[in-house]
Amino acid sequence: MTSTLTHLQRLEAEAIHIMREVVAEATRPVMMYSVGKDSAVMLHLARLAFYPAPPPFPLLHVDTTWKFQEMYKLRDRMAAESGMELLVYKNPEAAERGINPFDHGALHTDMWKTEGLKQALDKYGFDAAFGGARRDEEKSRAKERIFSFRSASHGWDPKNQRPELWNLYNARKHKGESIRVFPISNWTELDVWQYIHLNNIPIVPLYFADKRPTVERDGMLLMVDDERFPLNPGEVPVERSIRFRTLGCYPLTGAVESTAKTLPEIIQETLLTTTSERQGRAIDKDAGGAGMEIKKQQGYF
Amino acid sequence: MDSPTYVTETLIAEDIDAYLDQHQHKTMLRFITCGSVDDGKSTLIGRLLYDSKMIFEDQLASLEADSKKVGTQGQEIDFALLVDGLAAEREQGITIDVAYRFFNTEKRKFIVADCPGHEQYTRNMVTGASTADLAVILIDARKGVLVQTRRHSYLCHLIGIKNIVLAVNKMDLVGYDQATFDAIVADYTTFAGSIGINNFTALPLSGFKGDNITSRSGNTPWYNGPTLLEQLETVEVLSALDAGQPFRLPVQWVNRPNLDFRGFAGLIASGSVRPGDEVRVLPSGKTSTVTRIVTLDGDLDVAVAGQSVTLCLSDEIDCSRGNVIAAADQPPEAADQFESTIVWLADDALHVGRSYWLKLATQMVSVTVQQPKYAINVNTMEHIAAKTLDLNAIGVAEITTDKPLVFEPYAQSRTLGGFILIDKLTNATVAAGMLHFALRRAQNVHWQATDVSREAHAALKNQKPLVLWFTGLSGSGKSTIANAVEKRLNLMNRHTFLLDGDNVRHGLNKDLGFTEADRIENIRRVGEVAKLMTDAGLIVLTAFISPFRAEREMVRAMLPEGEFIEIFVDTPLEVAEARDVKGLYKKARAGALKNFTGIDSPYEAPEAPDIRVNTATMTAEEAADFIIRQLMPLK
Repeated sequence: MTSTLTHLQRLEAEAIHIMREVVAEATRPVMMYSVGKDSAVMLHLARLAFYPAPPPFPLLHVDTTWKFQEMYKLRDRMAAESGMELLVYKNPEAAERGINPFDHGALHTDMWKTEGLKQALDKYGFDAAFGGARRDEEKSRAKERIFSFRSASHGWDPKNQRPELWNLYNARKHKGESIRVFPISNWTELDVWQYIHLNNIPIVPLYFADKRPTVERDGMLLMVDDERFPLNPGEVPVERSIRFRTLGCYPLTGAVESTAKTLPEIIQETLLTTTSERQGRAIDKDAGGAGMEIKKQQGYF
Repeated sequence: MDSPTYVTETLIAEDIDAYLDQHQHKTMLRFITCGSVDDGKSTLIGRLLYDSKMIFEDQLASLEADSKKVGTQGQEIDFALLVDGLAAEREQGITIDVAYRFFNTEKRKFIVADCPGHEQYTRNMVTGASTADLAVILIDARKGVLVQTRRHSYLCHLIGIKNIVLAVNKMDLVGYDQATFDAIVADYTTFAGSIGINNFTALPLSGFKGDNITSRSGNTPWYNGPTLLEQLETVEVLSALDAGQPFRLPVQWVNRPNLDFRGFAGLIASGSVRPGDEVRVLPSGKTSTVTRIVTLDGDLDVAVAGQSVTLCLSDEIDCSRGNVIAAADQPPEAADQFESTIVWLADDALHVGRSYWLKLATQMVSVTVQQPKYAINVNTMEHIAAKTLDLNAIGVAEITTDKPLVFEPYAQSRTLGGFILIDKLTNATVAAGMLHFALRRAQNVHWQATDVSREAHAALKNQKPLVLWFTGLSGSGKSTIANAVEKRLNLMNRHTFLLDGDNVRHGLNKDLGFTEADRIENIRRVGEVAKLMTDAGLIVLTAFISPFRAEREMVRAMLPEGEFIEIFVDTPLEVAEARDVKGLYKKARAGALKNFTGIDSPYEAPEAPDIRVNTATMTAEEAADFIIRQLMPLK
């Protein structure tokens, strides 16, 4: 009577198993919540894993203050619906120095995200943090373990990763050390979209095409999401039908021109496209081919 | 024949709903590719990704640029750069760690783990193989079966991969010659049979030219078997063993949101379960009945192996993380001594006799490993004598756990037969292992209940049993101070006994030398003796160098909380060496004495001893007084 499970059923079961292992073995777990589609899937999986109990950990949003307005709206709604505590952390030093993506380039990501994340984890003493990263996103992620061990200073040592056999995860660590856990490591972009579609998981409307005010900078289409966007002399935002394949800080996230208004249309577009998902993300391009690997060694998720 | 990717693309463009329906019902195959550096492994994966359109334009552009800069294929695209994602790998042109890649066809989703071929990265290959349903073993048609081919085949077989594909690659470079292919297959068949691989599928390929990868090649008209992709798409995912296996659910977590609900969460390791099924909880053996299979989307009528579920039982029986819920009429066994195969994964070699954490399914216990019966030369499959296991070594050894472990032989269940070992001090994963069988002698030794308890022994002596564990360098003054402390306790009407390192080695431990393994065994025996003496109600003083932190912690763990007092006789090496009461330092410095602590064998000082005395600044009598004051009040 062996009914063979489909790939999505296997991936779902694997993610739930991972989340339960963390809750059983970690002292103080937390789920990183960035409001993107991967976070949406993670939150859904967490609710499945612990039902009828609410997920026994808080959500942590490391806020750069430069996310899209629509993201903040959905974040607050989802936290309320799930019955989970939502912690929002903003690096006070970055706030004080007015660090922003327009004037400070790479420093913006470094201060708000990498440093902010480290500060938040230290402040609350979290020893395990769930992230929604996937191995198909980027080449150094393709090499990362599901339980990714971090030193007390949050560093990742790619050449000395713990062997990870079967579905046996070693969550033991010393005080101060922590583990980043990636339950959807083995999902692809298509899997995430299909899972959202099948389970009617709420996502930020920016993923769907609509007329939005945009400007073109360095070959990227940027959305003018609020009045903080400094327009160049003579530059006028143009209404275009756009959507986003991935969501981050609005000044750093490129849109694609699209008319896809439903999930199947989005999936269709995704499958027929010729560029990768993170192509619109400025962060991966720093420091040549090893940008993400270096950021991760410094403590980036 | 049209390539399968073309058909898929048309469907996506013309009927996305039909495509999604098809994709939703795909099964998944996890496989690994292995072979040595030049066998064209990465090229093959690159080809599969490329042909199934999993490489995007921007990735291809950066791949082309990288190929020119650091590639090993001249002006051609070096697909290896696509899978070798770490900076060190790209610099050195080798694969260090496993990379996971993904692609789809109309029938399946694939996760491929590209494994390093070098012997020094065996541990990473084992990591990749442990989750694989199938292994593609590459052979360079010009070179035939090599040492690496044997090693990789052996590791795949060891880890229990049932489906082996022998990919004879670079057929273009031997003129697509059938005789060459047949000779390699014959050669491999002989070898495979000798290690127990009875089934495999051999394919003639060219990853570079694309022959027999996604479509049948005109260059090999003599070959009638499947293409590589056809083989990957059609091979049975669940091994025949999975069908009809009895139900097993290792409990991960007990779900108790309120007083009215108690559910047992876990991933079903084998078999299936329905409400109404009678189950047994191991190791207690208590039985109950499944009442519900709970999910967010409503209760299920049935759940099968591979699903993560939450079960409710009809009785309030004791069941927690680490227990296994199993079919009542076919429960697994529990035991505490096993024969196992161990793959050592750490730079720091196995310490025979030292206590490690063992994690198997959701069970975590303390374990010690005996001296290996033999190690296996992974290149020749010969059994060789071994005192320990070094990085990447594979050996067969007996292990003993401190608590019964619910298990099944690895050949029956990866979940209940596969384990990892974790170093208790560094928390590193140091080994992977596979249980073969329980040793019967363990099951026939039972605890004999006695009527006069340890509490009764202690009460009669009107004292709390203690172990005062003196540790420090040779010549630090352990024996002298321990002796002075015992005299004081004796005057205080305490019942004591002093176990001295030198004295014990004249009798109980006279069969032991000073190798690391013997030192560990020395301390283990002393710990066991000290424990028996505390059961008898005594205050035990021990004076042993006991250089390794892990063994002192092992003795601490043997005793009830608070009964182990670690006393660090903290004397700098120069001071101890200057004293050299027994003339041993002189001998060691002259090279006449091997493995001498502080000289050519390490001393791991306690990080947080219960009591520390510094004999450079106090006399032995002062130190004894100080220790007594620290111990007061002595109940």
